[in-house]
Amino acid sequence: MSKKNESLGKTVFVVVALCLVCSIIVAGAAVGLKPLQQKNAALDMQRNVLDAAGILEPGMDVVEIFEQRVATRLVNLNDFATPETADGKNATQYSPRMAAQDPDLSTNLSKSEDIAGIGRREDVAQVYFINNEQGELQTLVVHIRGYGLWGTMYGLLALDSDLNTIRGINFYEHSETPGLGGEIQNPRWAANWEGKKVYGDQLEQVQIDVTKNATDEAHDIDALSGATLTSNGVENLMQYWFSDKAYGPMLDKIRKGELNNG
Amino acid sequence: MASSKEMKEVLFGPIFANNPIALQILGICSALAVTSKMENTLVMCIALTFVVAFSNLFISIIRNHIPSSVRIIVQMTIIASLVIVVDQVLRAYAYSVAKEISVFVALIITNCIVMGRAEAYAMKSPPFMSFLDGLGNGLGYSFVLLVVGFIRELFGSGSLFGTQILPVVSEGGWFQPVGLLVLPPSAFFIIGGIIWVLRTFRPEQVEPKE
Repeated sequence: MSKKNESLGKTVFVVVALCLVCSIIVAGAAVGLKPLQQKNAALDMQRNVLDAAGILEPGMDVVEIFEQRVATRLVNLNDFATPETADGKNATQYSPRMAAQDPDLSTNLSKSEDIAGIGRREDVAQVYFINNEQGELQTLVVHIRGYGLWGTMYGLLALDSDLNTIRGINFYEHSETPGLGGEIQNPRWAANWEGKKVYGDQLEQVQIDVTKNATDEAHDIDALSGATLTSNGVENLMQYWFSDKAYGPMLDKIRKGELNNG
Repeated sequence: MASSKEMKEVLFGPIFANNPIALQILGICSALAVTSKMENTLVMCIALTFVVAFSNLFISIIRNHIPSSVRIIVQMTIIASLVIVVDQVLRAYAYSVAKEISVFVALIITNCIVMGRAEAYAMKSPPFMSFLDGLGNGLGYSFVLLVVGFIRELFGSGSLFGTQILPVVSEGGWFQPVGLLVLPPSAFFIIGGIIWVLRTFRPEQVEPKE
């Protein structure tokens, strides 16, 4: 190594030039591949929705089935308007998760309201309507999220046409302990949810209960062993999202047929 | 230009004779983490081989201009840029795999094999030989990972590349999966086994008794 290399000028020059070249390459890759990555992310979400609704089969053409069966709609949770666009994006591009971070598009939750630990709730919800062949509502899929033990758990919940019976649940992103809380992603545990009822007979209160020694056939779900806080988190997020503060009134409206064909 | 015999040695030496995992015991961390499925293992191997080969190449090209006071940082910058590019490409073309191994792909930056080869070989050797050295070490790493992945997926879940080979009991077959093999620590035992086998056939790898 020559002595010239060690001079301050040369050192600074090499470092700056290297950083420039590297940043151009990295930025080029990030920008150039972004459309493909977004397409992948959208496809992944479609797959999650179909999975929650229980109509995902291995090898099926997710994009085609999704387009045939699922109508993605936006519903304002405060005034029940059904806007075509929110945040300048249409229903399929809209991300409730991004909206919840934007003060203009979301509502801050007070400590007593925020049992799910999400901080802010988006004003406009993204709801997936899945119709049967006769064009009647068969399954409704909504986004749910809440704080578990280590971080926010993101999932989708599918309801049957009575908007009370659970068809399926799918947590697609979480950071719970693998093998313990991480089991919320296990299809075997998710299968426990099928057929349970969110509300009581009068549809008045959220009755779902994630508990050990599940006794109530209709509302109790076996908690995950070794993952009490994760299980509590799941129960809390159910309590929150299906309460009057979030999806409750919207589900009422849909039940009465007021939002179905808007 | 180096002779073809020398090139061959640089390229294939790290597979058995001087394996980065089995002999140098580098890069164990990712070998434990990503080997529960063959598909993830293969993608990780390709990613690491790509990074180590090209980081060696680029570092070797500019080796005469790197001030030694900042050489580690320069190496890191090149490696990190390559890793980000690989991560972005995976997210675009192999999304489902990328989702599972993204964390470990990012950790290639700290994989000792990459830094080790850059510092030990690429800083002193011409570009083409450095590239071959990187390729060879990537292959050595891949060899061990693929063997571990093969054993873990076949006996841990009864499948290979996601295709069911051995019918498992829970689905009406006869094969009782070895639960331990699904968990990361099992890779320790398998790597230990590989080292044992390698040293049985190549006694010169055994360290002298102290």
